[in-house]
Amino acid sequence: MEVLEQGIGRLFTDPDADKAREFFRKKSRKMENKLMTLKDAIAKYVHDDDYLAIGGFGAIRTSVAACHEIMRQGRKKLAFCGHTSTHDFQILSAGKCFNRLDIAYIIGLEARGLSTVARKYMESGEVEVTEWTNYCLSARLKAATMGVSFVPVRNIMGTDTFKYSGAKKIKCPFTDQYYVLMPALYPDVSVIHVHEADVYGNSRIRGITISDLDLARASKHLIITTERIVSTETFRNEPTYTSIPFYLADAVCEVPFGSYPGNMPYEYFSDEDHLGEWLKMEKDAEAFEKFLEKNIYSCKTHFDYIRKNGGIERMWELRAKELMVNNHAE
Amino acid sequence: MADYNAMEMMICIAARELEDGSTVGVGTGAPCATAMLAQKTGSPNLTIMFEAGGIAPLLPEMPISVGDSRTTWKAVMASGMCEIMETACRGMLDYTFLGGAQIDMYGNLNSTRIGDNHQKPKVRFPGSGGANDFGSFAWRMMVMTPQDARRFVEKVSYITTPGWLEGGDSRAKSGLPLNSGPYKIITNMAVMDFEPESKRMRIISINHGYSEKDVTDNCGFELLKAPRIIETSPPTDEELRILRDEVDPLKLVIGR
Repeated sequence: MEVLEQGIGRLFTDPDADKAREFFRKKSRKMENKLMTLKDAIAKYVHDDDYLAIGGFGAIRTSVAACHEIMRQGRKKLAFCGHTSTHDFQILSAGKCFNRLDIAYIIGLEARGLSTVARKYMESGEVEVTEWTNYCLSARLKAATMGVSFVPVRNIMGTDTFKYSGAKKIKCPFTDQYYVLMPALYPDVSVIHVHEADVYGNSRIRGITISDLDLARASKHLIITTERIVSTETFRNEPTYTSIPFYLADAVCEVPFGSYPGNMPYEYFSDEDHLGEWLKMEKDAEAFEKFLEKNIYSCKTHFDYIRKNGGIERMWELRAKELMVNNHAE
Repeated sequence: MADYNAMEMMICIAARELEDGSTVGVGTGAPCATAMLAQKTGSPNLTIMFEAGGIAPLLPEMPISVGDSRTTWKAVMASGMCEIMETACRGMLDYTFLGGAQIDMYGNLNSTRIGDNHQKPKVRFPGSGGANDFGSFAWRMMVMTPQDARRFVEKVSYITTPGWLEGGDSRAKSGLPLNSGPYKIITNMAVMDFEPESKRMRIISINHGYSEKDVTDNCGFELLKAPRIIETSPPTDEELRILRDEVDPLKLVIGR
């Protein structure tokens, strides 16, 4: 198949399916207890220079707790998957944790506005970028999930998004139509926040899955953070509802409210006041340093962070907001 | 005549374009308000889709994110990115609304950067997100944006999302799905479509209170003109009532 055009963006991971198979050949399939603290999981599985992906959708079912821990442990020079990354991107930019970036959506927090710190970092020239779109990155994860080195898609042709991507354009040998090939993306490590998991890593996600079913399968290492640990019988009784089977997971960390201040579908809504505070504090470098010290660096766990921002009472309010019920909270 | 602001007007005009029984892929803000208004006026069977996976929610209020819990409130399905984009690529997404920092005469959109150095841009924007995907796949792409010469430019710094590319048949030749593409551009001053042969933007109607000169003065490139330019039919009292009381009572979008 002849390559007709190709993007100039660099690939930060190897799409080779046989090399990936060699890795997965050695990955443990044992159904064993993988419960550990988030601190230990990040220390064990997230290393400098790794390619990292965070599940969810920026501030929805995102493992904010893991982003804080990565920042606290001072990870640097990561490559990052910017697949509608919003609050996660804001945190990791504040820590300057990455220097290579696959971009679909960065800097912004959707309707809330743009992150000053993330924008400054992206305009500094310190980060090497390759452009994609949300679907491009989903398709790249899907290719990895399929165990193949690429999948064809029909977007981005004729645009600068293609020019600055790492994609290649070809002609279909069946129909003579043009397609762009999305190279498989096998992240070194990803963190996905779920509603329920057992100690082996069997997991359930409620609500939209975004690209996480593929992300879980495409990733070499997978850390599950979960709102709650449940029994394995939960899965065995209703196997239809399992989103992620145990052999994909390397670590399971119970982190209640782990997506706070983001939204966790059916559990709690986003804390818009606190996300607004992030956007506001970023505008003053000195105040922002104090803000990070208070909310991230000085916190031992995600519980500390939640205690400092309204504690269980605030979670109760956000739960009512999520379910749209009146609990007489402000 | 009813009193209304530019945002209210654009939303009311755009909502009339969404025919009953069709599908629309929307983002937060004005596009979402438009789809909600269409459902409460002429198109009760309009299906709303969100790129993160929400399908046909009964939106109780304006979402903050295209993936937040409101996008699946009483939805028929909570799916994922591939489900939505594959549906669009298969040819079952009729409409989408997109925006950007810049738009050119062929409806190409820039939401990525200003400046030429890609690795160290003068101004960096969020990028495509799902915009290029929806803009590549939807049968009809529409834009709602203020009419401003800094926004309507001769050449965009970067084509994030394809319009008619270089006009003529260049979009089809590129390999993008046949017969998909920009449809209407709705601004505070006018409604534009694209001349069928050249695919250049052209004025088809002028909004009440503005002149043709206002439109051309606030556009950085030469606009074509339809054979007969009419006055855009203004928002009705009923449209405005529903928009204000039922769609956006907190004025999150129409208060801008």
